[in-house]
Amino acid sequence: MLRFIIKRLLLIIPMLIGISFIMFVIMHLAPGDPASMRYGLNPEVSESARADFSRMYDLDKPVMVQYALWMKRFLFLDFGRSLIDDRRVISKILSRLPATILLQAVSLLVIFFVAIPIGIVSAMRRNSIFDRVMTILVFAGYAMPTFWLALLLILVFGLRLQWFPISGMGPWYTAYLDGFARARDLIWHLVLPVAATAFGALAALSRYTRSSMIEAMGENYVLTARAKGLPENRVIIVHILRNALLPIVTIMGLTLPGLISGSFIFETIFAWPGMGRLGYEAIMNYDYPVVMGVGVIATFLTLLGILLSDIMYAVVDPRIRFEGKK
Amino acid sequence: MNKRMIFGVTIIAIMALTAVFAPFVATHNPLAMDLSSEARLQGPSAEHFFGTDNLGRDVFSRMVYGARISLSVGFIAVFISLGIGVFLGGLSGYYGGWIDTIVMRIVEIMYCFPTFFLIMMVITFLGPNIVNVMIVIGLTSWAGLCRLVRAEFLTLRERDFVYSARVQGVSDMRIIFRHILPNAMAPVYVSATLSVGSAILVESALSFLGLGVQIPTPSWGNILTVGKNYIDYAWWLTLSPGLAILVTVLSFNLIGEGLRDVLDPKLRERK
Amino acid sequence: MSKIKNRTGVFRRSLFLLKTVIFFLIVFHADRRGFTQQEAWVSRDAYVSSGIGDARVLIPFFADDTTSSSICGLVYNGLTKVDKDLNIVGDLADRWETGGGGLSITFYLRRDVRWHDGMPFTAEDVRFTFETILDPGTGCPYISSYADIADIEIIDPYTIRFYYSRPYAPALLKFGMGIIPAHLFRDIEDIRMSLYARAPVGTGPYRFSRWESGRYIVLEADPGYFEHVPGIKRYVYRIIPDQAVQFLELVSGGIDSMELNPYQFFYRSDTPRFKTNISKYRYLARSYTYIGYNLKDPLFREKKARQALAYAINRKEIIDAVLLGLGEPCTGPFLKGTPYYDEDAPGYDYDPGRAAELLREAGWADTDADGILERGGEEFRVRIATNQGSQVREEVAAIVQNQWAALGIKAEIQVIAWSAFLDQFVNKKNFQAVILGWTIPVDPDVYSVWHTDSMKEGGLNFISYSNKRVDRLIERGRRELDPGTRAAIYRRIHRCIAGDTPYTFLFFPYATPAVQKRFKGIEPAPAGIGYNFIDWNVPENEVRYKF
Repeated sequence: MLRFIIKRLLLIIPMLIGISFIMFVIMHLAPGDPASMRYGLNPEVSESARADFSRMYDLDKPVMVQYALWMKRFLFLDFGRSLIDDRRVISKILSRLPATILLQAVSLLVIFFVAIPIGIVSAMRRNSIFDRVMTILVFAGYAMPTFWLALLLILVFGLRLQWFPISGMGPWYTAYLDGFARARDLIWHLVLPVAATAFGALAALSRYTRSSMIEAMGENYVLTARAKGLPENRVIIVHILRNALLPIVTIMGLTLPGLISGSFIFETIFAWPGMGRLGYEAIMNYDYPVVMGVGVIATFLTLLGILLSDIMYAVVDPRIRFEGKK
Repeated sequence: MNKRMIFGVTIIAIMALTAVFAPFVATHNPLAMDLSSEARLQGPSAEHFFGTDNLGRDVFSRMVYGARISLSVGFIAVFISLGIGVFLGGLSGYYGGWIDTIVMRIVEIMYCFPTFFLIMMVITFLGPNIVNVMIVIGLTSWAGLCRLVRAEFLTLRERDFVYSARVQGVSDMRIIFRHILPNAMAPVYVSATLSVGSAILVESALSFLGLGVQIPTPSWGNILTVGKNYIDYAWWLTLSPGLAILVTVLSFNLIGEGLRDVLDPKLRERK
Repeated sequence: MSKIKNRTGVFRRSLFLLKTVIFFLIVFHADRRGFTQQEAWVSRDAYVSSGIGDARVLIPFFADDTTSSSICGLVYNGLTKVDKDLNIVGDLADRWETGGGGLSITFYLRRDVRWHDGMPFTAEDVRFTFETILDPGTGCPYISSYADIADIEIIDPYTIRFYYSRPYAPALLKFGMGIIPAHLFRDIEDIRMSLYARAPVGTGPYRFSRWESGRYIVLEADPGYFEHVPGIKRYVYRIIPDQAVQFLELVSGGIDSMELNPYQFFYRSDTPRFKTNISKYRYLARSYTYIGYNLKDPLFREKKARQALAYAINRKEIIDAVLLGLGEPCTGPFLKGTPYYDEDAPGYDYDPGRAAELLREAGWADTDADGILERGGEEFRVRIATNQGSQVREEVAAIVQNQWAALGIKAEIQVIAWSAFLDQFVNKKNFQAVILGWTIPVDPDVYSVWHTDSMKEGGLNFISYSNKRVDRLIERGRRELDPGTRAAIYRRIHRCIAGDTPYTFLFFPYATPAVQKRFKGIEPAPAGIGYNFIDWNVPENEVRYKF
């Protein structure tokens, strides 16, 4: 087990190198120069300022040299400084990361605790009205342009009904409130972004739960358990659920990249001060170091998530021995 | 074919016909503006089925032309990803060994990377236009297909007909593409159909961020984006493209699921 | 169109001094009359403004974006500032004397000013600020505005003299630059990266309080501010990256002000909720939008072609369509209503008949009846490029395309991401026509945009406009100290440029801010509404945020 984890962790390194290289090349293949992004067409800015700026950030050097310099700093976990506001990339990202992790973690919990019961009930009451309604919802969830859903949520619940705040992660004055009020504000602000983030993945997971439940229900050991006269609840919980949940754990790991991808859109719509929005803005501003930082860290988090789900898989299913794999 | 699949096929057929015959279906020129204040942001009417936008353009006609963009982005992107996925998956499954290792490593990278970030990057840096959008979506969505094809090849390459072909001295490429591939395509069709839907979603999300097809060329995504600014006043501007995307993607998914039922007898029995 | 954050184009990233001096330093203007009438100023409530982008760096001479400039404007003071009518008045300087025909300026500083940390403000701070700006190692982007300063001399702790190597007419305005505290920065190696760049200490009416990156910035009224304590206790800047969401927040009360777009201004503000709570203002913004022609392109080297294109454009239709009438037609590079703007300059009012005639004279005719003009087998095609992210410019492009098509000119629109647009098209002069905008600084000097010297690659005269007469006038304008003579020079420049028509000048848009009605004391003026921010107040019974 430990060996497996170490091996997987080591594998992350070449992947990060590969991905950082791809990103670096894409960015520098493109026309456009960050100095013009920062100073634009500003008649007050001296011409020397652009050259100074390029020199300060090594932008005047060949691409490969720049990459080597980036890599050298990266080895010491230094992502350099943002071209837009000169702040350290790492502190920019760290100041945004908690918001993203909070949103993703809450969304994952919601997905987990809503999708699995829906899937179970649908499987047990196959072709009931509940199942049919859920099936329709699930298909809609797959096909829904989620940013449109986000807009509809804002329109209906934020603007018309005024149940939830429209944007942000809490009002500016929360800092002046006590802990309880702050927490309540935060939860209030989480509702719409979580709903929008979770909806798509909800569909996938509940569908998956349903089908793996149905599959498990047909297995011999379930039939045997029933034949033995075990109470139905026990059959479901002990025999069906445990086996059906196995593949679901892996699916959870695989929803992670999707969630992180979604964060780039939702964080912008809901003004959520997370890493996704930081990344989007960095791309828009040609802020190379921040783009690299966000890309590398997002990838790292995804890899970590997948690794965690692999480990959980092993915990849930004692039959799996990692040393035996491959 | 079940009822759902028939529904899906019907909708897609209608959409495709609309796209192909757009000039005949559209009631107005999709680019023609009417800048008088009464003509702008009109609600749906007999003259303008889906109302007009902020520049007085007929939204129905824009939607009709937008269908061309959305569908072609969906199909071409998937075509590209099919090409790559089938080719690499085939090689990797057939040969195994180091080719397999390399291909699978790349696939893993594609899986682990928040793809949308990459797509946003490429589009921003290489320029937002329809060709780039298609290519990028295609280039970033082949990993799943590749895995699928590889898995099929792994089982099929051990079959007798492959063995006999090999004994007869048929070339590897011919075995891969003529003998094994046709037998491996069933799950690929299913997956590709589902991918068309998701490619359309990605395009609309890109347009929503201002990175997709550029105005004045209409696409469902950018009609929706323009509508966003008027959402609590001119609801029809976001409703029609939103629904169109929803229904189209839904139809592709229904067809995909239907195909799966048809092509995978094991699942069908259980229904 | 999604509003792409932080890059709505030139308007946003322009003129630091414009933003600081005109819009926000003006905030410090103390209405002394008001001060004596209303003896006891009380600070109450909070004012929540909003924008799409975060601030970058809160050091005045590094601030290069609107947000940072506006925050700096509240935290720091310059030696001078402009009042509500855009006249230069003292800020940290009580008065000043110009000597030697513009070769020296002596400032007499206020003696009652303290930094937010309690230390007194003296001439040493002023010298330190400008020495830092002038040090090439600092990398201040505005260094060229101070390049003519030859020496700085402290006469006494409250008197400081600047010597100029040659007269520089915009000098006084440039002294609106915020002064930073010498005692805090003296030992700091890299000011840009210092702690104070994110937690500034100034002399202004507001003290820095907190900055949650990507969310908000909070400033607190300084009870000891030398004019009077501001009427609003807290100034909050909230970051909302989507303008549609911003509007929803305004209506629901989550923010107190925003810049409305024309559509919101006319169609979204007639709900009862909006009307009872929110006031709208409008005044000419200090900017203009234009179509620039690449004069290196053979097609546009001919004046007749440019004139025809200008006559073919119906500005009124564009203003009505894109701005819903919230704009004024424009004929030159200075702001309408100022002494530099020549009302009599050639305007090229919409005249399709004249345009067709000019095209005919230049040899263009539609010989094959396909609706496109030809000359010598070559069709009249124009590529119009503009940057992505500005809905206004994209719509202008689409309308101009239609208007030119009516005359047989085939225009193709290219919308390109800002950075690539500047790098590949503008800086390399690789374009035919561009739709762009300039902000109009308070000072009329247009050297960097219209002088022949600014034609080189990367310069802002990217259309390659070169007129010896205009060059001479620009050079004279920079050295002329008499305001009346100076204004006459710029009116002549306006006429010359308008006559040459290297741009088709399109319009000046209106600024259309909206503010919650509980804020009293707002008096729109040529400088806008923000110039007297410290005099704004909220009646006790309407206070929204209590502390």
